[in-house]
Amino acid sequence: MIRFKNVGKRYASGREALSGASFHLEKGDMAFITGPSGAGKSTLLKLIALIERPTRGTVLIDNQNTSRIPRRRIPYFRRKIGIVFQDHKLLGDRNVFDNVALPLLIGPLRHREISRRVRAALDQVSLLEYEKSSPLSLSTGEQQRVGIARAIASRPALVIADEPTGNLDPDLSLEIMRLFERFNQVGVTILIATHDIELIDKLHYRRLRLDQGRVVEMPQPHGH
Amino acid sequence: MNFISRYLALHYKNFISAFTRITEQPLGSLMTIVVIGIALALPAGLRVMVNNLSVMSESWDAAADFTIYLEMTVDEKNANELARNIEQRSDVDSAILIDRIEALAEFQSYSGFGEALEMLEANPLPHALVISPTDGPNSDLSELAMALEAMEETALVQLDTAWVERLRSILNLILRVVDIVTILLGFGVIVVIGNTIRLEINNRQNEIEVIKLVGGSNGYVRRPFLYSGFWYGFGGGIIAVFTIWVALSLVNSSATLLAQLYNSDYRLIGLSLKETLVLLGTGALLGWSGAAIATVRHLRDADPE
Repeated sequence: MIRFKNVGKRYASGREALSGASFHLEKGDMAFITGPSGAGKSTLLKLIALIERPTRGTVLIDNQNTSRIPRRRIPYFRRKIGIVFQDHKLLGDRNVFDNVALPLLIGPLRHREISRRVRAALDQVSLLEYEKSSPLSLSTGEQQRVGIARAIASRPALVIADEPTGNLDPDLSLEIMRLFERFNQVGVTILIATHDIELIDKLHYRRLRLDQGRVVEMPQPHGH
Repeated sequence: MNFISRYLALHYKNFISAFTRITEQPLGSLMTIVVIGIALALPAGLRVMVNNLSVMSESWDAAADFTIYLEMTVDEKNANELARNIEQRSDVDSAILIDRIEALAEFQSYSGFGEALEMLEANPLPHALVISPTDGPNSDLSELAMALEAMEETALVQLDTAWVERLRSILNLILRVVDIVTILLGFGVIVVIGNTIRLEINNRQNEIEVIKLVGGSNGYVRRPFLYSGFWYGFGGGIIAVFTIWVALSLVNSSATLLAQLYNSDYRLIGLSLKETLVLLGTGALLGWSGAAIATVRHLRDADPE
């Protein structure tokens, strides 16, 4: 699903976020990207979503070379990927339902089908009863769950998450991770960037550590 | 078909929601719309004014006559003969003799110089002929004028409509100036709307970013702003039509009074239906263009790439 081949990314400022990063994530897999702040975790995810382009190397998503995707095709490429942000990026001027509906409204779906999918997504994060509420009236954990519902509403094959538990306490963090786990169990490929080692020690999934701009495979913790 | 109907439904939704958004901030939007309205009303109003003047000047076309003042040596009999000869010409409709004695009497009673004229020993006025050309005043009368001038009995040929021609040239000049004003203010409208849309884009930066990240195309992101521009321009057009209507109503009574003094029942001409539609359409088009320019420039700023 995701294949990085010797990928380098140097920003205009001169900072080199990635230098020769290579890894492969199979379809249906779930993995964590770890490493200290500034190690290039966000950059790696941005290269997947084509928010940034690599300065060298190749990024293949679903066997598609992203460097061959022209700028005007990027929106259609992004529709196949669900993105979860640390700060949720919810819009305060509309209710939970409309926030989750955003990725569906841009597409060709009919109103009734959109409603059905939004409710299904909200149901999966157990927030169906809040569809009419403003996201601002929800707790941080609930807001993040709305963000996840929005990412999965269009039923993408790949979900990437950048520090999705960054603002949450350990219990809520685990709850969020269990959600991702559930989506993974139904076949969604999931890649989560996090620096919360303690949290992912409780989960036994593949771990990739960013070190000096390269991806290093880490041993999986032994299961419970 | 399905695709088209959904596409149209999306446009319709944007069209309505852009209008709703404008009405959500009534004061700010109204100020923008009034500024646009004034900018549109100025050139349109000037055009209405020039239009009225040229229609008025057309009603004076009937007076496109020549007056020939004959030499003092020409007597009444010769003058009559001359008039009949001139009437034979194909380009002359009629030639009427104004007898010098009648002319003096008329002059005495109307000019206010009556007593002074009585002191003259002899009648200083010559016989005169008033020639009405067959063709209207817009046709080329120079050939006829030259022929009349060439006659040995002619002392002076005067084209009575020369001042109408001068007025027309002035109106043409004004029209050119109005054209320039129109273009400048059109640019002004584009800039005002462009700036308003730029502020709107800044206010909705978060929304634009999220829509782009979930895969909204630039076209999808732009569309609501284009419709906002459309509504601003269209609203400005309505204000302009209204402003011109009010201005005409204010001027109308004095204009009617003036026309009565000239024995005319002339009424001011306002915007025709077509002109009204053109004004509204121009406003909407300028609004759309201003928004298009602003979105191209500023949506790129919001591009996460």
